[in-house]
Amino acid sequence: MMILSGDAPRGWLLRALLIVVVAALAVAPFLFPGAKALNVAEKICVMALLAASYDLLLGYTGIVSFAHVMFFGIGSYGVALALYGIGPGWGALALGAACALVFAVALALAIGLFSLRVQSIFFAMVTLAVAYAFNVLASQLSDVTGGEDGRSFQIPPMLRPGFKLGEFADLAINGRMLCYYIVFAIGVLLFLTLLRVVNSPFGRVLQAIRENPFRAEALGYRIVFHRTLATCLSAAGAAAAGALNALWLRYVGPDTALSFSIQIDVLVIVVIGGMGSLYGSILGAALFVIAENYLQALIGRLSAGAADLHLPLLPSLLHPDRWLLWLGVMFILAVYFAPTGIVGKLREQGREGP
Amino acid sequence: MSATDDATLPRARAELLPALTPLIVAAIAAPLIGSWSTFATLTLAGVAMGMMIFTMASGLTLAFGMMDVLNFGHGAFISLGAYVATLVFLPLAAWSDADSLALNLGVFGLALAAAAIVCGGFGYVFERVLIVPVYGQHLKQILVTIGGSIVAEQLLYALFGPEQILISPPATFQGAFLVGDATIEKYRVVAMVVGFVVFIAQVVVLNRTKIGLLIRAGVENREMVEALGYRIDRLFVGVFMAGSALAGLGGVLWALYQSQVRASMGGELLVLCFIVIIVGGLGSVGGCFTGAILVALIANYAGFLAPKLALVSNILLMVVVLLWRPRGLYPVSGP
Amino acid sequence: MSERLVLQGVHTHIGRYHILQGVDLDAPAGRTTMLLGRNGAGKTTCLRTIMGLWRASRGAINLGDAAITALPASAVARAGVAYVPETMAVFSDLSVKENLLLAAREGPLDDSRLQWIFGFFPALKKFWLSRAGSLSGGQKQMVSIARALVEPRRLLLIDEPTKGLAPAIIGGLIECLREIKRSGVTILLVEQNFRVARELGDFVRVMDNGRVVHAGAMADLAADEALQGRLLGLSLDSHQ
Repeated sequence: MMILSGDAPRGWLLRALLIVVVAALAVAPFLFPGAKALNVAEKICVMALLAASYDLLLGYTGIVSFAHVMFFGIGSYGVALALYGIGPGWGALALGAACALVFAVALALAIGLFSLRVQSIFFAMVTLAVAYAFNVLASQLSDVTGGEDGRSFQIPPMLRPGFKLGEFADLAINGRMLCYYIVFAIGVLLFLTLLRVVNSPFGRVLQAIRENPFRAEALGYRIVFHRTLATCLSAAGAAAAGALNALWLRYVGPDTALSFSIQIDVLVIVVIGGMGSLYGSILGAALFVIAENYLQALIGRLSAGAADLHLPLLPSLLHPDRWLLWLGVMFILAVYFAPTGIVGKLREQGREGP
Repeated sequence: MSATDDATLPRARAELLPALTPLIVAAIAAPLIGSWSTFATLTLAGVAMGMMIFTMASGLTLAFGMMDVLNFGHGAFISLGAYVATLVFLPLAAWSDADSLALNLGVFGLALAAAAIVCGGFGYVFERVLIVPVYGQHLKQILVTIGGSIVAEQLLYALFGPEQILISPPATFQGAFLVGDATIEKYRVVAMVVGFVVFIAQVVVLNRTKIGLLIRAGVENREMVEALGYRIDRLFVGVFMAGSALAGLGGVLWALYQSQVRASMGGELLVLCFIVIIVGGLGSVGGCFTGAILVALIANYAGFLAPKLALVSNILLMVVVLLWRPRGLYPVSGP
Repeated sequence: MSERLVLQGVHTHIGRYHILQGVDLDAPAGRTTMLLGRNGAGKTTCLRTIMGLWRASRGAINLGDAAITALPASAVARAGVAYVPETMAVFSDLSVKENLLLAAREGPLDDSRLQWIFGFFPALKKFWLSRAGSLSGGQKQMVSIARALVEPRRLLLIDEPTKGLAPAIIGGLIECLREIKRSGVTILLVEQNFRVARELGDFVRVMDNGRVVHAGAMADLAADEALQGRLLGLSLDSHQ
């Protein structure tokens, strides 16, 4: 299984679920026609990539960073500003993405070298501060970034809904579908790359450092080097995810590209999916995005029902705007009781199976 | 015992230098600002803000210094304190609106006390429920306390509604003194006094009481304090509760300063608190005080000189300080 | 006031490592028992386990009549055990006075006891209000030992008090420990320096690979060079 870098998912149930999810994503435009479903599918792809690149840092290297969404934002804004400023062409797209990637990696390098050098406990706090400052800056430099309102822009003509390539199985193959497949394909490619990274000698050293930094250092591994490189790779993955997302949305703004709630979402996906397992990111993202889109409506109906019954407090607690509340509770429970996440539970199942 | 045994190293004079950094920053900013009155107003605003942030951050730094607990949920107590204050101010609006110093101090004092008590209580619950199961595991602590902060913020929204609540300082605290050309807001003076009292109280407790002795020793070497016969985990709960109460107090001061209460204010202030305790040195109250003044001064000067860069300037401060002193201005000696 | 310390079949695991593998040890009441052995034999782990800083996974530890096996460190300390760790663990940011105040659980510092301590540690009187972190290594060791003496205790656990100290200071330290012995407290002392061990020990227990492999009177071991060689190997300074 060279393509999976020898790290095939263990357990028949896990494999089955992964195959179902990936297959569904692969044929999503045909399986689920309609704008909303395709949006959900795209979001799953992007979040899976975002979560996987975050897990490289959290699950494999053992460090918590709050700057991940910042890199995602850099990717989004890079593509957006290039397409907005230069024009809707492939060249602009490539330029924007490339610049964003370089900038993200450079920033990750700076943060890594700085805070990992002083005291590793500072890293989480420093990334939080830097991400927050970046967020504020992006809002304030509104001439460039569009401020709170963000920027809408045009994408290359071939990727617009109006562009028609032909028909297949009663469905028009249009630019939107092409755009989706670009997102899907690059997402898959980068995921496999991450898989390669965590299964390489470098990846093993990361895990050794996570388990016992003192021992790893005694064995001669340069901790700061490895952690910084992991931070850079993680940032690159996030930036790529951001670029793809901006391309799909044809819009960038603080709420879609820099909001702290995205960071929370990623944290939740990685923890619930399973820290230290990239496959967990896929399952976690799928579960999360579907729940967010379809479950929220359900909870909203419960809330309305409770309000009709004049129950105290319940309507506001169950209000769909309070989605984060329940997410937070589930998150805490997952950290305590299921740190290996869904993947961990499935693997246990798999072992007991035939 | 030989003669060399008796040589005591002289107290390094460099120890005074970190405390002077706020003065250095002020000295640099003064010529850039130009006008004395503006400088005076900004500096006083900075000191007042610094006192408020110190109140919020001191608990955070002691909790980390003592028990290695990184509480990302600390912001929740700041917000909670502010909301509790509204529960006092709104019913007692008459006291607040009255032009009587006594009544004003009354409602203000009650709000502070209520916030401190409620936040201290919730601090106890937070510590027992969320933190105890993950003692010693930094990664999980960060995750769990972040989770806690999200849940807390959402609960505040659910209980108090998503809109901001407007709140004003009591009547006699509003307005300003005029000293020459400089405007000195009365409320800022009040905040400074409260913050200063908190600082003095901490210094007295830490240096003149046995509990303070235990805390200082515990920050350095928790294990040895236990080996001397003290239940340090009980002491820690007390410190955590005090820290949460102080955060609530700071939240009240800040909310009155901004004239509004929002659930998200805790999270935003937490970022500033982190910068302060990193700059000051984890576990050090003196460092936290110096750091808070420094951060606040820079925020105010930068806010005037280059408004868009105000927050970034604090990040730059953090970088500069850490390059100079990697463990902060006044690090605590390790075991 | 002193008591007999008894360990029976004590095992200690630290993570994956099985360090104490069934320690049977006794330190007779009111006497000084030396705990010797190579590096890594488990001596420090033994002291830390008795102190409750590490938890014994199996076995029993008794001080006199009291079972102190599963107690946390603070409870063991309150049962009358004082610990002088290898790292000294002096609180650098506190003054010498504050370091000793901390150790005085019962109440204010007993003046006569303090004078007794100043008797063999005059430097402590001189640096009474100085920051402990500014003291020399030997002086810090004095603070660490003084902390254990500030109030009467039933058992003293002392871990390598002479480690890293200049030979001239070691002589003084031995005198002090001899004085302390005279007060009749039970002492369990870990030492790498055999000369010190010989001068202070009434009894000796030798550890190897997490077990006690020899137990007897110090005088007997001191007289038997062949046995010394077998048990203690080349890693000890037997010719200081």
